[in-house]
Amino acid sequence: MARSHTAPAAALFPGLISIELTVNGAKVKLDIAPWTTLLDALRDRMGLMGTKKGCDHGQCGACTVLVDGRRVNSCLTLAVMKDGAEVITVEGLATDGVLHPVQQAFIDHDAFQCGYCTPGQICSAIGLIAEGKAKTPDDIRELMSGNICRCAAYPNIVAAIQQAMDAS
Amino acid sequence: MNNFQYSRATDVADALSQIASDASAKFIAGGTNLVDLMKYDVEHPSRLIDISHLPLTKIEETTAGGLRIGALVPNSDLAWHPLVTERYPLLSSALLAGASAQLRNMASTGGNLLQRTRCLYFYDVATPCNKREPGSGCPAKEGINRINAILGTSDACIATHPSDMCVALAALDAEVHVAGPNGERTIALVDFHRLPGDTPQRDTNLDPKEIITAIELPPQGFSKHYTYLKIRDRLSYAFALVSVAAALRMDNGTTRDARLALGGVAHKPWRNPEAEAALNGQAANTDTFARAADIVLHEAKGFGRNTFKIDLARRTIIRALTQAMNGTPQSQSSKKIA
Repeated sequence: MARSHTAPAAALFPGLISIELTVNGAKVKLDIAPWTTLLDALRDRMGLMGTKKGCDHGQCGACTVLVDGRRVNSCLTLAVMKDGAEVITVEGLATDGVLHPVQQAFIDHDAFQCGYCTPGQICSAIGLIAEGKAKTPDDIRELMSGNICRCAAYPNIVAAIQQAMDAS
Repeated sequence: MNNFQYSRATDVADALSQIASDASAKFIAGGTNLVDLMKYDVEHPSRLIDISHLPLTKIEETTAGGLRIGALVPNSDLAWHPLVTERYPLLSSALLAGASAQLRNMASTGGNLLQRTRCLYFYDVATPCNKREPGSGCPAKEGINRINAILGTSDACIATHPSDMCVALAALDAEVHVAGPNGERTIALVDFHRLPGDTPQRDTNLDPKEIITAIELPPQGFSKHYTYLKIRDRLSYAFALVSVAAALRMDNGTTRDARLALGGVAHKPWRNPEAEAALNGQAANTDTFARAADIVLHEAKGFGRNTFKIDLARRTIIRALTQAMNGTPQSQSSKKIA
């Protein structure tokens, strides 16, 4: 059977499924195997390396991104299930070279050491502020407990989020 | 993760017809537990039937004065819903004691019921486990069993059910609405999960060809005298060693209607009608609370590394009932135990 070079990969490999995501404002079409996580799709298929793979089991929060405005663990999210969704990663936070207030607050408060957890911390903090439930430092600590920082920059992370929260 | 087929269900009837045609297919909603188990090769379904787009996302008042919660309501939405925080704060508190904010955004109400044990041996496919491979044995009984059960265990299995939400639902006398090939039925939450017996591979009484559609709460929400007290190895984002959902209806210092459910101690949320009956009609105080705790725990059995849980459970029950009596529910934020 003749195969067109322009045929979508999903038509050639029956296991693949065509999906469309809006990632950091841009439409992305992918032919993807159902077992591909959103995290692997972002990193391996779209070259967005900001989102980190830490534990790959939903325990560390390094892979946190915003899907339709809500913070989720992209390592436990199957990309095919999010067909049509809007995804925001750490690469999509700054506008015209100006950092997002949460990014700026992390710098102002030196809220990291090695930086590996930071993209997840920042996406998670943006989700937390949008949820509007945190009022006190205790609330911030509790509602950020899904993001582990092995350098233990926690006091500065809480201070950074408090600053961004107060300014929002 | 194994390779698998993927399809989306368009409605409940379609979901039931898809699951009926493939015995090794599984439904997926939030995926927080199933995808993790697939990464460990504990679960390896031939097909995932995506039910996350089904219209089961409403929280509605029932004509009986209770609440009907769609099976796909995310745990976070349920925890913060005004009708839940005002009328069923015990449920809200238990939900917020569990997992992380990200996982609660993903996890569904129905899926929370169906999450599987976190027993270390169940997760480690290099070891035997009667729940994962019936007949292979149970290393937990003599192994690392700090998080394992002290009540309702069997020779085959000492796993616990890990949910916090289900402990509150058990105390509140919730019901589970399910649909299957033979129509719809309702299962009391306390009868939904099973004890391990000699069939530990079966966590629940849900048939594999059935689907959970909703959880229903009766009108009584115990919003004045309640607490969810969860004791764990970390202050946040850890499974319970022991948790207690306590709810009381009080009348001038006397307990009229007591509810007491324990998490982290058994293969299902643990209620003991005899202990609750011993509280009803009695003065609410440390003595009657201690007597109830003794009734709950008189058949408790430790396995070495989890034997401490028996005394921990006794003290957690007394403290939780005291918090409920005083109207000072445990904060899931500050963590200071009132």
